[in-house]
Amino acid sequence: MTDLNALSYTEEHEWLSIEGDIATIGITDYAADKLGDVVFVELPQPGASVTAGDVCGEIESTKSVGELYAPVTGEVVEINDGVVDDPSLVNAEPFEGAWLIKVRFSGEIEGLLDRAAYEGITA
Amino acid sequence: MPDSTPRETPLAELHAALGASFTDFGGWLMPVRYTSDLAEHHAVRRAAGLFDISHMAEFTIDGVDAGAYLDYALAGRLSALAVGKAKYSLVLAEDGGIVDDVIVYRLSDTGFLIIANAGNRAAAREALSERTTGFDVVFADVSDDYALIAVQGPHALGILTAFEALTGLGSDLAQLPYYAWTDARFEGSPVLVARTGYTGEDGFELLVPSEQGAALWQRLLAAGAPEGLVPCGLASRDTLRLEAGMPLYGHELSRETKPAQAGLGRVVVDAKDAFVGKGATTPGPDARVLVGLVAEGRRAGRAGYAVCVDGEVVGEITSGALSPTLGHPVAMAYVDPAFAASDNLTIDIRGTHVPATVTTLPFYRRTS
Repeated sequence: MTDLNALSYTEEHEWLSIEGDIATIGITDYAADKLGDVVFVELPQPGASVTAGDVCGEIESTKSVGELYAPVTGEVVEINDGVVDDPSLVNAEPFEGAWLIKVRFSGEIEGLLDRAAYEGITA
Repeated sequence: MPDSTPRETPLAELHAALGASFTDFGGWLMPVRYTSDLAEHHAVRRAAGLFDISHMAEFTIDGVDAGAYLDYALAGRLSALAVGKAKYSLVLAEDGGIVDDVIVYRLSDTGFLIIANAGNRAAAREALSERTTGFDVVFADVSDDYALIAVQGPHALGILTAFEALTGLGSDLAQLPYYAWTDARFEGSPVLVARTGYTGEDGFELLVPSEQGAALWQRLLAAGAPEGLVPCGLASRDTLRLEAGMPLYGHELSRETKPAQAGLGRVVVDAKDAFVGKGATTPGPDARVLVGLVAEGRRAGRAGYAVCVDGEVVGEITSGALSPTLGHPVAMAYVDPAFAASDNLTIDIRGTHVPATVTTLPFYRRTS
């Protein structure tokens, strides 16, 4: 199981796992629950540049469309093709199998929340 | 000021205990899903689903003029409806716009029940009660007295037939035609069992006194669970009715929509001498018409998205989703009449134009 306390979070309901200069990014169980059954995921291509705070992908459920905001600025180094092929992973295992993108980032990351703070905004 | 706090149905505590997520719909706090929209959708197509639709409004009409009154107040000829039968109809405005879409049940020679949309309860009540002037009828809003529970899906008949708590059935459910009702009893209370629904599957809707709603829900769910009956929320109800090509007021129908635009011209009986909306129901030659659209891929056009030809906007989607049953996007849209049979349309999905083809509604039709 993923240690949820070891992850960082954003107010846009993404989670980040940071190792060195690589941030692995997904959306939280709270966001997945709010969306309902996810049926389509669009992610940036590997090599694409993303800018913190900008929309870099889309997550569609049967009921609605959610936007994926880049929480960091940098270059996409890997995307999770497994989630593109089977979007239901976002609901089934948002913190494990359904990571979305890995970004090589530069500079300080601003505005991240720890688990307690994130639970504070979703309670 | 109207109270903006959403109301709860008599079953609200049961929904919460089942883990439902809730949404505000038509002024009511309603279950949107219990587990998964898709699982609930598939359960209704393959087995059975249980819906709390107690938010819907119920009105009764009683009196020797009841049939004549309904012929005047509604678009159809309800005086011709046989006792025991039900019929889809429209409450029109003087200008031919749609105030609400309703199902009318004939309870007796002089008594009718109307089931109306929750969000239109006040508007429909106002229109219908005003129209009683000059008719020997009594109109009553009995919405708060009843719970309404739908059992929908290919296993619905088997579940209800085997449901021992439902007694005194006026007719054999297997023999009950679509859009007909029969009376029954549940734990000493009267139940109206109608073979109607909003999913495109066979199924029934059960109207019970509100204080019996929770008990009926619990016992039905327990009795039907071995047959695959699961509680279903409004999210699956919406994708089910969309696949079945059924309009939803506020999406496909509105005060600005005339019946023929929505493909409901057949509901209006123009031959009647007098009815509210008579002479005003024909849309102008340029009025947009409702069409079904199908597309490839997995990105769905959704309500409010533009429909285009060569980059020019020619219409707008009113409901759309990735069809869970069909596996491709489907949508209902109003388009300029010149493009109502076009195979050259695109849907503007947040800046990307996705090709779409007009198709005949419904998108999905059950095989048996």
